[in-house]
Amino acid sequence: MGHTAEHTGTTRTGWLRLAVHGLALLPLGLLLLDTGLGRLSVNPIQDLTLRTGKAALVLLMLSLACTPLNLLLGWKWALALRKPLGLYSFLYVCLHLLVFAVADYGLDPGLIGQAISEKRYVVAGFASFLLLLPLALSSTRAAMRRLGRWWRRLHRLVYAAAALAVLHYLWLAKVWREPALWGALLLVLLALRLPGVRRRLARWRSPGERRPAAGRSQP
Amino acid sequence: MILSGSDTWPRVAPLAKERALAQIHPSEITPEHLYLSRRQFMGVAGALGASLLLGACGPQAASPAPEVAADPRRDDLGDPLNSFEQITSYNNYYEFSTDKQRVARLAQGFQTSPWEVAVGGLVRSPRVFGLEDLLRFDQEERIYRLRCVEAWSMVIPWIGFPLRRLLAEVEPLAAARYVRFETVLRPAAMPGQRDRFYPWPYVEGLRLDEAQHELTLLATGLYGKALTPQNGAPLRLVVPWKYGFKSIKAIVRIDLVEQMPTSLWMAMAPNEYGFYANVNPEVAHPRWSQATERRIGEVGRRPTLPFNGYAEQVAGLYTGMDLRANY
Repeated sequence: MGHTAEHTGTTRTGWLRLAVHGLALLPLGLLLLDTGLGRLSVNPIQDLTLRTGKAALVLLMLSLACTPLNLLLGWKWALALRKPLGLYSFLYVCLHLLVFAVADYGLDPGLIGQAISEKRYVVAGFASFLLLLPLALSSTRAAMRRLGRWWRRLHRLVYAAAALAVLHYLWLAKVWREPALWGALLLVLLALRLPGVRRRLARWRSPGERRPAAGRSQP
Repeated sequence: MILSGSDTWPRVAPLAKERALAQIHPSEITPEHLYLSRRQFMGVAGALGASLLLGACGPQAASPAPEVAADPRRDDLGDPLNSFEQITSYNNYYEFSTDKQRVARLAQGFQTSPWEVAVGGLVRSPRVFGLEDLLRFDQEERIYRLRCVEAWSMVIPWIGFPLRRLLAEVEPLAAARYVRFETVLRPAAMPGQRDRFYPWPYVEGLRLDEAQHELTLLATGLYGKALTPQNGAPLRLVVPWKYGFKSIKAIVRIDLVEQMPTSLWMAMAPNEYGFYANVNPEVAHPRWSQATERRIGEVGRRPTLPFNGYAEQVAGLYTGMDLRANY
């Protein structure tokens, strides 16, 4: 996962990271437990699909909430959680895609092709996966070093991936309310990153101080 | 009595309009020897009545789930029944919850007795039917496929009687063109109805000729027992060639009307849910394909059939209609 070598400055960060691992693995653990105990519904493939998809979305949103938390509340430690949260989200995205392609559609190219051509939510979801893939692959420290300033630019793709994920949800849901709420949350999380908003937030947080180096965006 | 020791449903008077229905030979639907004998059926009807009258104790509490693992019955296409457990544990019933697995628990103890259904509107003799009145109609078993708009399906042995018989009792007037159905509004007992996002109560509708079709059933039971609350007790509609949401549950009002009723889903998303909602693999929901479905209990997908496999019997209702426009 790439974080092991990183030294956590304080024990608090260490505990937080542990908590993130626990939190992020909880949906998977519960899913395995429910599967093992036969507690899934009579439509288990749908359960697996919905639960992996929901976990992926929640973790991606949490990952995107770290930077605003730092900006709003000065929670610097939150920044260290972006990567594990993002990578765990990608893990669930992969599981979600596997359930769709293998369990649901039996890797039948005809059926999958039909699904893609007739279900636009499939296209949005797959596009989101394609955007997240290079981010996951370039999450190592080595890749960060090699990519230099391009790393930051590349990782802004996460905004588009999150927007596509919400669109995916909006397009598949029978009722638009819940995906719309996620969309609203995403808009807030993204708006807080706008340079103008950042500057104002920084000024509001520390009125007397020198203007901090705002404006630079952290994905 | 429609069911008797030796013969099987459907023993339908072969009306000209329904010649197509007669093409399903009864033996194709259910092996004759497996049908409930008259005596057994009387027992079922009696138990149904008794448990419905007992009411609050919960009809399904009266007897354990029937042994269905070995149930060899099949639908008219040769597919096996879904189990009682499957049918009663996975329910789309937003009045209780949008979580299909929670519905059964939340619906426990839902009061279904006493129950009254007001049948009126454009009819000569409007009437309020108590549940006991409805159980006096000859009850018969019908094995139907149920295809949910979410692309899953089940095969379900319902007990009930054709809606047309109830309509005949109240004598629709010539001006009546549609039938409007309404679910009970009881937010204290149905937590989902406290969510004001939805325009409760649930409303559905059929064209009068659809409502009078022999396949259109008012169900009072399931697997030879009283309907469970999560499946729409005490009285629900079953229209097997339409997506499941048309088959409205816990009915308290049936009105004959002149104008096409607006269903709850039409009100929620008019561009996505039409009035007809016939199962049609050719017409995708605006956002989903309807070409395939998963039969509950199976792993793969199977192709969805036009009119859910009932085209022979019902396609005639829509002759000359553009089924893409009238989705």
